[in-house]
Amino acid sequence: MIACLHGSGDLLTLALEFSPIVEPIPGGTVVLDVSGLDRMFGHPQDIAAAIMNRARERQSAIHIALASNADAAICAARGFSGVSVVPYGDEAKFLETLPVSMLAPSPQLQETLERWGIRRFHELAALPPLGIAERLGAEGLRLRELARGEVERKLVPVIDPLRFEDQIEPDYPIDLLEPLAFLLARLLNSLTTSLAARGLATDEIRLRLKLENRTTFERTLRLPVPSTDAKSFLKLWHLDLTAQPPQSPILHIWMAMRPVKPQAAQSGLFVLAAPEPVKLELTLARIKAIVGPDRVGSPELLNTHRPNAFRMVAAPSPSLATSQGSRLMLRLFRPPRTARVALAFGQPHFIAADGIRGKVTELAGPWRTSGDWWTHDPWSRDEWDIALSDGALYRLYCDPQGWFLDGSYD
Amino acid sequence: MGAAVLKQQFESVLGGHLDWQSKPLRETVRTGIAEIDSATGGLPRGCLTEIFGPASSGRTSLLVSILAEATARQEVCALVDADDAFDPVSAAAAGVRLDKLIWVRARQNAEHALKAADLLIQGGGFGIVAMDLGDTPQSMARRISMTSWFRLRRAIEHTPTVLVTVARQSNAKTCASLMIECAREQAAWSGARGSSRLLRGIRVKGKCERPPGLPRFSWKAPV
Repeated sequence: MIACLHGSGDLLTLALEFSPIVEPIPGGTVVLDVSGLDRMFGHPQDIAAAIMNRARERQSAIHIALASNADAAICAARGFSGVSVVPYGDEAKFLETLPVSMLAPSPQLQETLERWGIRRFHELAALPPLGIAERLGAEGLRLRELARGEVERKLVPVIDPLRFEDQIEPDYPIDLLEPLAFLLARLLNSLTTSLAARGLATDEIRLRLKLENRTTFERTLRLPVPSTDAKSFLKLWHLDLTAQPPQSPILHIWMAMRPVKPQAAQSGLFVLAAPEPVKLELTLARIKAIVGPDRVGSPELLNTHRPNAFRMVAAPSPSLATSQGSRLMLRLFRPPRTARVALAFGQPHFIAADGIRGKVTELAGPWRTSGDWWTHDPWSRDEWDIALSDGALYRLYCDPQGWFLDGSYD
Repeated sequence: MGAAVLKQQFESVLGGHLDWQSKPLRETVRTGIAEIDSATGGLPRGCLTEIFGPASSGRTSLLVSILAEATARQEVCALVDADDAFDPVSAAAAGVRLDKLIWVRARQNAEHALKAADLLIQGGGFGIVAMDLGDTPQSMARRISMTSWFRLRRAIEHTPTVLVTVARQSNAKTCASLMIECAREQAAWSGARGSSRLLRGIRVKGKCERPPGLPRFSWKAPV
């Protein structure tokens, strides 16, 4: 069953409320597939009544026609006012009084039909097809089929732009996190339900708050994997807004989710368990609230020989490495500890630093390293590996700023 | 019908005597150091393992070796670094897959480190959760109450995660299922004094305080 809406207003949005298969036609007409709606509304008249009621609520003035094919519905909606239900098999009889000009024939064809005295659908429909094909060609045959309501074609549905946005304007300015969380929960639930209904998930949520001080507060939450877990989203927003609260009471809340395909993962008997991504994100957000936002993540090495060169990344990139057995590790002092060094024959002889003090019993060095001399931030230093009288091993270095203990071997 | 009769019937159906009392053996993971694995059988999952010893006693080398083994098995690991002392460059050189490692830098705050470790364990899914208190002053480490250690031990139970702590002295005491004490045996230097020398590594000797009766062991950690 096909329905056609003809009139004024935002017919496309109206039609999308009733069916996902909607074809817009130029001239204020929209065709939609209403097959299956009879289970919800009942008879075709009831479907038409439901659409008409919704149109009235949206203040759209429309004419509706329901037919077994799209072109018969279009002709009926454009030709008759109000609600028309074209009976199946009697399309030609139902449409017989409509003018041929409604089929928009070419000017030459229109003139020919005028000269023949063909002005109504039933007059065109009564002509023999062979004669029409001989005299008017393919276009004539098509017009005859349209006039008989016999054209069967598939709808060319419009692609829904899929915007997942929602907004709330509270009755009074919100200045506490708890009432804000209630409104955020409403938005999150509604948007994730819409996403789930279309088999989608999100990996990015944007929040825009209009504040009382006439500024806009914007935050974006990025997830490592797509999800529709509204509870986790709410906790993440709670942690985020606790760490970065808006500076003024909130007048308007707008939220948008980027729709993406959900990630499908095949579990296996021999696949080791890993932290559930959204849960891990939540755990890391909680830890960030304790230790600071820039102090949690995976380390990524930088492409330089500069000592201690790395950066923290939230979503680590895969790298290849194999276990190489035990190696002596360096425990770094961040920042390096300033040392007072007594020299003997040009080599460190006695070290004193914060918490470390002793005579150098063994040493190796100096090893000169330098780099980035072609940039504004060059570095160079002489390094020693030293053993102190207490037996501990350290890395000591000397650079233009002085002597420093870089770390201890452990 | 008595329990003994039921047991007898079960055994007759299942064909032979069954050991009803003993618990199943815990699954263990390798440390990457053959000497320790052969002496201890590996680190038990769902338990707290404590590694302790003075500076330059190979504690960090052992910890990084454990992380390298776990990340090579594709397990996701977490390192809570109370002293911000972890060196990702040398860890990557030792075979740690950094993309499988979550590093939490706790700003020299043992309390924050404890909270972060607790959250990570509660989050679940990690192969190893390590808490490094290696440079934390003993006075601060001792402020962590036994209740906190019991809480961690309770949280890690019945999970496939291994909780490893590194410190100067034992803090968890009876909460740890395995306690490895490390001590520096000797440092290896190449070359003669006064000429070009290189630090080649250290030899570490270790013993297990818990469980009792495990043999002593030693291993070499090369640079």
